[in-house]
Amino acid sequence: MATSTDSVLTVEDLTVDFPSGDGAVHAVRGVSYELHPGEVLGIVGESGSGKSVTSLAVMGLLPKTARISGSVRFRGEELLGLTDKELTRVRGKNIAMIFQDPMTSLNPVYKIGFQLAEAVRAHNDVTASVARKRAIELLELVDIPQPDKRVDQYPHEFSGGMRQRVVIAIAMANNPDVIIADEPTTALDVTVQAQVLESLRSAQRETGAAMVLITHDLGVVAGQADRVLVMYAGKPVEIGTVEDIYYNPRMPYTLGLLGSLPRLDKRDQSRLTPIQGSPPSLVNLPPGCPFTPRCPIAADICQTREPDLEPVDSVSFSAAGLRGHRSACHLKDQVAQRDPADLFAVTATDDVLPDVDVSTAPVAEPGISTEDEEL
Amino acid sequence: MLAFAVRRLLVSIPVFILSTFLVFLLVTWGADPLAQLKAKNPPPSQAVINALADQLYINHSLPARYGHWFSQLFFHGNWGPSVQSGTDIGQLLSTSLVLTARLVILAMLLAVVLAIVSGVISATRQYSKTDYTITLVGFLFLSLPVFWFAILLKQLVVNMNNSLNWYWISTYGANTPGLTGWSAFSDALGHLLLPTIVLAMSSYASWSRFQRSSMLDVLGSDYMRLARAKGLSRMRVMVRHGLRTALIPLTTQVALDTAAVLGGAVLTENVFGWQGMGTMLVNGINAGDFNTILAWLTVSAIIVILFNLIADLLYGVLDPRIRNA
Amino acid sequence: MHDLPAEDVQTSGLPPSPGPVEREFTVQARTQFQLILRRFLQHKLAVISLFVLIALVLLAFVGGALWHYKYTDITPDNSVSPSAEHPFGTDNLGYDEFARVLRGTQRSLEIAFTVAILATVLGTIWGAVAGYYRGFADSLMMRIVDLVLTIPILAAGALLSHHFQTAGWWALALVIAGLSWPGVSRIVRGQTLSLREKEYVEAARALGAKDSRIIFRHILPNIMGQIVVVVTILVAAAILIESSLSYLGFGVQAPDTSLGTLIAAAQTSLQGGQWWLFYFPGIFIILICLTVNFIGDGLRDAFDPSQQRVRA
Repeated sequence: MATSTDSVLTVEDLTVDFPSGDGAVHAVRGVSYELHPGEVLGIVGESGSGKSVTSLAVMGLLPKTARISGSVRFRGEELLGLTDKELTRVRGKNIAMIFQDPMTSLNPVYKIGFQLAEAVRAHNDVTASVARKRAIELLELVDIPQPDKRVDQYPHEFSGGMRQRVVIAIAMANNPDVIIADEPTTALDVTVQAQVLESLRSAQRETGAAMVLITHDLGVVAGQADRVLVMYAGKPVEIGTVEDIYYNPRMPYTLGLLGSLPRLDKRDQSRLTPIQGSPPSLVNLPPGCPFTPRCPIAADICQTREPDLEPVDSVSFSAAGLRGHRSACHLKDQVAQRDPADLFAVTATDDVLPDVDVSTAPVAEPGISTEDEEL
Repeated sequence: MLAFAVRRLLVSIPVFILSTFLVFLLVTWGADPLAQLKAKNPPPSQAVINALADQLYINHSLPARYGHWFSQLFFHGNWGPSVQSGTDIGQLLSTSLVLTARLVILAMLLAVVLAIVSGVISATRQYSKTDYTITLVGFLFLSLPVFWFAILLKQLVVNMNNSLNWYWISTYGANTPGLTGWSAFSDALGHLLLPTIVLAMSSYASWSRFQRSSMLDVLGSDYMRLARAKGLSRMRVMVRHGLRTALIPLTTQVALDTAAVLGGAVLTENVFGWQGMGTMLVNGINAGDFNTILAWLTVSAIIVILFNLIADLLYGVLDPRIRNA
Repeated sequence: MHDLPAEDVQTSGLPPSPGPVEREFTVQARTQFQLILRRFLQHKLAVISLFVLIALVLLAFVGGALWHYKYTDITPDNSVSPSAEHPFGTDNLGYDEFARVLRGTQRSLEIAFTVAILATVLGTIWGAVAGYYRGFADSLMMRIVDLVLTIPILAAGALLSHHFQTAGWWALALVIAGLSWPGVSRIVRGQTLSLREKEYVEAARALGAKDSRIIFRHILPNIMGQIVVVVTILVAAAILIESSLSYLGFGVQAPDTSLGTLIAAAQTSLQGGQWWLFYFPGIFIILICLTVNFIGDGLRDAFDPSQQRVRA
């Protein structure tokens, strides 16, 4: 039975508020998860769901104006409330982070080798030549060709995918226990994504680290994650294993996400089901479930009381801590075994192509790409 | 890197030559060297006027005049005759240049250092009281006319000197003649203090704002965040990653503002009575002294182009991305 | 986007929210201009400066016309310190300083605004054309700009205004404008270069829009913010250049006066105890430049508020 002493990273009831001209922005409203050694947790959500802010809070990299409460424990040690100086011990050594845009993550005026060696020497008292050797080693690990030459080059001489692999190498440099990857493939082409994900996987294997993989791409999560946390409007709305989420989603939002993903393996010609509407403003949230305006099965109770993350069945009931399959939906039983196209048929409209007869439309071409939309 | 430097140097030369032609056009249009002679009372004879015109090579076509001046200067080292009696342009230039160079270089150094420090402090403490104070002071200096500030400062120091009976900080001239060695050096410093501060102030103000916004841009960038995520200390991230990158735009800006600093030097020298390039120019313009004005503008063009070249090279050193450009 | 009406707040034990509750992300539609105006008004210093500047302009033009002394009037009171009769005192010839300072302010403002408009128009067109067409035209145009910029404005200004001494203040304005437009063109060119790569320019071109239309209808409106800020910088710079030239004797000539000329005449006045002759013109220059600079700063923030770097 998994206990919290086994977990390498425990986040409990994390809340982050940002003061703004219009009132406080409640970016994160009570996130909790447990990460066990070697495990990959995928955090999925739209832009603005709070997934990045959560990770930045763990690393202590939020601006000074942010109001953070809750608990973040690394191997039992509380990280919130530590001074910046104390946190520099942890960052890069115990917990490492990979950011989204490889084109701007590396300093353009320093050589790659320098930036890698810097990461090594930040936590190890070694000479420059030892650090340089380690840098070349790391480049090899992420499959950068000709590492001994590349180590003396500048970031602008690397392609986007290669730069991201360098960033992964930097994250690996000190064998961290946790790697947080914040949308590592969002800014990259699909073909390059595969390479980067492969590097990420080998990084995890090499270091034995647990990983938090943040993305809005469900395809990426399916291939990489063990457990998945779905976030909406700053709060987790469903958590479970990959199988739980993909085959037995118990929250309409999760269902909608799955339904809006184009699938090659679907033979029938059902429509994609976009979720109508937009995420709510995080400044003045109404009471009740924030998904209500977009939910096809919303009931009265959904508007009055925000649901808590509760176990979906008896099996999960017995799982201790934050394990097991949990969903934040009053009507989670109604969602069981529903088809997304079916569930969202109520709100899906056909006014895009009103004259097209769906049954005779040609099969969609293969070679889908998920659009990389970012704020 | 060397190829980059050589390329930049080679480009500068035609720019310089074109600049001299533009300057020549300007001075030909704007200065009448015969005016002073003609305005004399009693008016001199036509023969005298013609003699001066010949000496100055005036009665020729523009290209011929330019060619004559150009070859005289660059092949024979001859700056040409001056209409201000007893003036040897070459000599005047060298003594004036030495004085002005002192002032301009020191003032620019002072302004750059102050601008970097205040820009960084302002940016890292954005919206704090310190930031607002620095910004307000900067705005004040931006709005202050150089000559007015110079006169004010001069008067304040005169009062201070009189009441303290201590006269090291001088308010007039560039130096006291007849001194040697250490006392000459100390004397020069005392004469430099006020003009340098005055000249530095308005450059400081605009460079400081520039550095602040450049620093703010850098502070928000992803590589700063990654550097912190690596576990580097705040100070190291700020200096090694932040400042290093934020300084790059400033170098170009400083070079671009060189011409403006030279203009400020003209005013400063006027107030403090320095016999430098500024006084040379003002006297030259008032006398319609064609060759003196030409000499001044040529030298200033050299200085500006030189500083631009240095900035380009410095940029190449600081930012590896443009080295192959 | 749905426009759902704001819901009534259920008050049972909930903390009061600062505004109307939004079930969906609703945004009150505002025009671009309204947004910019709103942001500008939040800049207290800029708004105060705007009022002060307007007051100064009114004082100089209206006040100057209404004041019972003219700047050419010689009164029998020599060297009197500020009083009710002569708010800014008089100089040793008996000129009323208040009238002269107002007149000088008029002149300086006229010249400065003329310079700003001329230089901005010329510089914007030059820079936009160079940045849009790139290639050889761009290189040539910008080399010309570089060339003009190697000459210190004060030096060339002194030379040319000495030449145009008898021609009047508009000649001075032309000279200064003629030396200031290259700086504007550089900025506009830079902005044009980055904007021409935007998709909406490509789209316009694909639709067959003429180049001039693209420049005037798509690119220039989007850099309007930067241009407006440049105008304010130019006004302040022009005042300083003009008063510097006048101080050296090259700018506005007698019997007309400018703030710089007044200060030149007052050089020894501080020493001689006639502080009013020195301070008032100087303070007016400082006030004009300060207010214009603050307004420019407010405008810059209003047009481009990219400040917070928080990502979700």
